[in-house]
Amino acid sequence: MGIRVEHLNKRFGSFVAVDDVTFEVASGELVALLGPSGGGKSTILRIIAGLEQADSGSVHLDGEAVDHVHARERRVGFVFQHYALFRHLTVQENVEFGLRVQGVAAPERRARADELLRIVGLHGFEGRLPSQLSGGQRQRVALARALAPRPRLLLLDEPFAAVDAKVREELRHWLRRLHDEVHVTSLFVTHDQAEAFALADRVLLIQGGRLEQAGTPAEVLDEPATEFVARFVGEVNTLDAVVRGGRAHAGALQVPVEGIAEGTPARLVIRGYDLKFWLSDAGVATVRRVLPLGDRVRVEAELDGAGPLFAQFPRRSSLLHGVEPGARIAVEVTHARAYAAHN
Amino acid sequence: MLELRTSEGDEAAEEEGSDRPAGIAATAEAPSPTPPPTSGEGRKRAPVIGAGAPTRVMVPAIVRPPRRRIRWNRIGGMAVTAAVLVYLGLVLVLPLAALVVEAVRAGAGEAVRALAAPEGMSALVNSLLLVGIALAVNGTLGIAGAIVLVRHRFPGRRLLDALVDLPLALSPVMAGLAVLLLFGRSGWLDPLLRPSGIRVAFAFPGMVICTLLVTLPFTIREVGHVLEELGTGDEEAAATLGATPWQTFWRVTLPNVRRGLTFGLTLTAARALGEFGAVLVVGGAISGRTQTATTFIYAAAEERNTAAAYGTAALLAAASMLLLLALQAVRRHTTEVRDGNPG
Repeated sequence: MGIRVEHLNKRFGSFVAVDDVTFEVASGELVALLGPSGGGKSTILRIIAGLEQADSGSVHLDGEAVDHVHARERRVGFVFQHYALFRHLTVQENVEFGLRVQGVAAPERRARADELLRIVGLHGFEGRLPSQLSGGQRQRVALARALAPRPRLLLLDEPFAAVDAKVREELRHWLRRLHDEVHVTSLFVTHDQAEAFALADRVLLIQGGRLEQAGTPAEVLDEPATEFVARFVGEVNTLDAVVRGGRAHAGALQVPVEGIAEGTPARLVIRGYDLKFWLSDAGVATVRRVLPLGDRVRVEAELDGAGPLFAQFPRRSSLLHGVEPGARIAVEVTHARAYAAHN
Repeated sequence: MLELRTSEGDEAAEEEGSDRPAGIAATAEAPSPTPPPTSGEGRKRAPVIGAGAPTRVMVPAIVRPPRRRIRWNRIGGMAVTAAVLVYLGLVLVLPLAALVVEAVRAGAGEAVRALAAPEGMSALVNSLLLVGIALAVNGTLGIAGAIVLVRHRFPGRRLLDALVDLPLALSPVMAGLAVLLLFGRSGWLDPLLRPSGIRVAFAFPGMVICTLLVTLPFTIREVGHVLEELGTGDEEAAATLGATPWQTFWRVTLPNVRRGLTFGLTLTAARALGEFGAVLVVGGAISGRTQTATTFIYAAAEERNTAAAYGTAALLAAASMLLLLALQAVRRHTTEVRDGNPG
């Protein structure tokens, strides 16, 4: 069961929620729509489910265009951020709801609900009302309910945003295991990059309604396509640079670049763990602060003629020898990306 | 704030607590802070910072008011309570008690005879019919109207929304007059109705229209509030699970608004039963034909038939009382469910 989304557009009044988004999700994949709040991720998910109508563009499920198919006929399971459990129905009745409205006989419904409640670890809670469950339990009921009618596709809208951090961690592991077991093609929305990387086979980065990048977590981390992606997926150094001779120059640092015109301003993005500092009298930077962060140490320095720079090292790294405020250091870049500056 | 103050050199304390013996550091035990939530995920509650919050807190001496003020406060409070009780007794309890006492003194048998007479019976039946019709019509239209007003967007919605409240502000006499202007002799619709021989003014249909008009807002408003509070998440969930709009209405929306509906219907019944002005103007209170319980009481009182007047009034009062008790029960149930269901 694959999804193909082509040139999707959606406006709410003058606000552009989705801006020409195109992507594919392969059958059996677990994919994250990642990006800041208000970026259009949920709208994309709702359009795929049929809860929202796109202004233009198309959605294909299993190669079949579903743009004119009503939500109830798309066979798409949807897990809502605030669960949307039916409060007057018991856990069992909630899970059976989809089968019931589709006219499945009672014994079969019961068997399916039993099976799913066992999978989500809520066996024995059949008779409870949603109000008698914790947030994490409710979320699992919502998941069982969405899976009960055997959807072709599972969509999850910020599934863990409404539970506390510890429960969220458990639910993440649990969802990953569930996906490996059930193998239903799944697309989930999150604004939490750690969640996206921990769970997803692939990540789609959405910002301002646009798809900024699609790739595996490693690709997105190591080869961010835009400066936005680079900055969104982790704390980074950004340095203003100029391109000369096929290299971006920022202070004494030089990084080879491609695709940026000679002489134009560029922005150099370097992760804290892609830098090495060591003591050197003829260095190119001066140490400002050294902050121990548990098992790691953060060193902040001033790169001559280019601005502040930080790097992280293991606590007992030999590189740290003599690195203290005021010391002169050499800087080596192991990995960096340059982007044409927009402003 | 949480420091212990002594009276020595504490000017604020000396100013405020003038009749407190000097030299004694007054301490008080503050009520323990709200315990952290133990059930539910507490999403709506404020986060509790610091689990081990102190339960014993020294508060400044000035927090404790001087003894003399306490005494005055207490006397003042008692005076206010007494005034309220006296007022309620005079305005509410005494007239009702007088009604019951007089009804009994005039002879319960006499009252029953008056009500069992054709005129009395006709008035009671008319009232019950009006209540029944108001419940059926405004119950159904109330739900439909609330869904349209809350969920649909169309030009003129705001105007319609404001108009719904008009019957609450309008004097029933005016409502009656308006209906007469339409259906009365030489009324706007008279040319249409006369050939068919249907009588509306000074007949039962006119009283029905009036009653529907004055009871229109109750279910629309009560159901509307609930719909607004709930949002559309449940309906969307039902749609993704394959439910048709009709199934969604019966299985999700209606159970969700059940309490608002009960509330609205109770108010509708009470209003329909107690309506006087509108049915008097339109119906004309023709004995044995267009009299209702209320106009029957009025006519009986006019004719100095005290037994019938007081007896019927006591009966109506009892019916209203029962409705109010039902309302209380619904309200209590509502708050219980709401408290137990933060999601």
